[in-house]
Amino acid sequence: MGGRRASLPLVSRLCTSVKPRNNWVQKRSFITAKDLVVEEQPSGEEEKRAVTNKLNLFSAVNQALLTVLESDPKSYVFGEDVGFGGVFRCTTGLRDRFGKHRVFNTPLCEQAILGFGIGLASMGNRAIAEIQFADYIFPALDQIVNEAAKYRYRSGNLFNCGGLTVRAPYGAVGHGGHYHSQSPEAFFCHVPGIKVVIPRSPAQAKGLLLASIRDPNPVVFFEPKMLYRMAVEEVPVDDYTLPLSSAEVMRKGSDITLVGWGAQLTLMEQACDEASKEGISCELIDLRTLIPWDKELVEASVNKTGRLLVSHEAPLTGGFGAEIAASITESCFLRLEAPVSRVCGLDTPFPLVFEPFYMPTKNKILDAIKASVKF
Amino acid sequence: MDQKPLCSATYFGDGATSEVCPTLFFYLVYSLELLFTDLSSWRAEVDEAPVFWQGDFHGAMNFAAVLEAPVLFICRNNGYAISTPAHEQFKGDGVVCKGQAYGVRSFRVDGNDALAVYATVKAARKMAVEESRPILIEALTYRVGHHSTSDDSGKYRKGDEMHHWKTMRDPVVRLRRWLEGEGWWDSDADQQLRAETRNEVIAAMQRAGPRMKQPLANLFTDVYDTIPSHLRQQEKELRSTVARHRQDYPFDVPL
Repeated sequence: MGGRRASLPLVSRLCTSVKPRNNWVQKRSFITAKDLVVEEQPSGEEEKRAVTNKLNLFSAVNQALLTVLESDPKSYVFGEDVGFGGVFRCTTGLRDRFGKHRVFNTPLCEQAILGFGIGLASMGNRAIAEIQFADYIFPALDQIVNEAAKYRYRSGNLFNCGGLTVRAPYGAVGHGGHYHSQSPEAFFCHVPGIKVVIPRSPAQAKGLLLASIRDPNPVVFFEPKMLYRMAVEEVPVDDYTLPLSSAEVMRKGSDITLVGWGAQLTLMEQACDEASKEGISCELIDLRTLIPWDKELVEASVNKTGRLLVSHEAPLTGGFGAEIAASITESCFLRLEAPVSRVCGLDTPFPLVFEPFYMPTKNKILDAIKASVKF
Repeated sequence: MDQKPLCSATYFGDGATSEVCPTLFFYLVYSLELLFTDLSSWRAEVDEAPVFWQGDFHGAMNFAAVLEAPVLFICRNNGYAISTPAHEQFKGDGVVCKGQAYGVRSFRVDGNDALAVYATVKAARKMAVEESRPILIEALTYRVGHHSTSDDSGKYRKGDEMHHWKTMRDPVVRLRRWLEGEGWWDSDADQQLRAETRNEVIAAMQRAGPRMKQPLANLFTDVYDTIPSHLRQQEKELRSTVARHRQDYPFDVPL
């Protein structure tokens, strides 16, 4: 943007239209990220969907952001250090491609990042805010809880900030200590009015992030930082979304239902593999959206298996596993063959040297599976 | 006992780094002031308390001014917060002018001049203690290195910019040259001190290397002043897990 427009204050440049009512459910035609295609494009729609690239998690996130920025001129990506690519490279190349008025660094103030994002979204824009580490999201909690979550409700649907998506890396990374390892999802699950989404893999991340950005409600999207480089998967090159509030059965089983999200699912899968060697058939569910969560699917599974185990890195007490446990106990009480089991982090601050002891390991999960089955 | 007036210092690192600083430190000192009428030999520890444009900074400055607390706010403005340069962090004339808005007397000093910083902080401390008022000091410097081992600052700034500050404006070199000019230091002394210090550090690393880490019990201590029953229960469960699966856990943490 040059010339006269560039001299206008940033706020004026961004608020190109003022609409009290936003209609996010719109049909659009999207441009695919052509420069990322490595194979020749087949002609048919179904064949097109089959074209994939091997990507890691941060590249998948990058693709999703690229897709949104390309297709919607009123979308913006901002946060600390996003300009040069971000500390996890999720925003690499975006500023060079779309310019400083679409992809920009903010000053170091999470409260203001959210406040700004809420304002931007309330004026009909897609505001994609990055919080550098989930551990730093707490100064923004007031904005999320008291502004974003209540925006539609308090105005009787005259206004909303549905265009807001907050992305933050979360979870253990092996050496993160107190302030680079936290899983704060439980705080947000306690707030009616926002959605909380957590992907387990690159292909899931791209689809869920695109869905989150386009969802007409403010969404907090936690990305498992451990998987940014480590997880590699075939990710479809085209524009696709995965449904929110829809859990996914990763493997079918009959003896026990396991529910988790994010990076923890990798460990849970390993535990399921080992359990199956001992003749225990595990059904593994990725919750994907924590609020509003797919209670029906989990209930159906527990009604089939009679047992439930929930696992998350966040501390046990007050973790989201507690909500799932209470809820399923209410609805499936007579079907349950054993108490709901929770394999979680300890009730301490996330430790540095003691991280291996703190974490809900594969063996902790496996022991709990066996205890539940033997109950 | 030594009768030393109380003064506390809060240190903000890196101009605008990404850690959140509570000015818990300021609040701590203020409450201590209220409790201890005998302001003897109690000295505040300076703790690195980074960050800047968080709401904390504004709250702390305002409180300190209104409550007339003898606090030094020291900002080491090194031009960068990871990749974000100062001009993307704030407009206006840096940090020093912000103090005035809160009614806080503010100073700007060349952060690479050890003597200037010493003189400024000394004068500021005297002012803070004698006049019972907060003082803001902005020490201007430049972050020569990367933000962290995961950072490659060549990605967002020019090599000759870093080179200039490293070679022409190095504060340690400046101080050394001044000491040499006064006849209090020379290259032999320098070499000797470097060799001695290096040996000391290596010896310390060699002593520390094979040492065991803290015992497992320390995972559960200090969450609260005493260990509540639910944590004792978790410790019990953890220990039985560790006994069953010893290979999952590092061997340099004594159980």
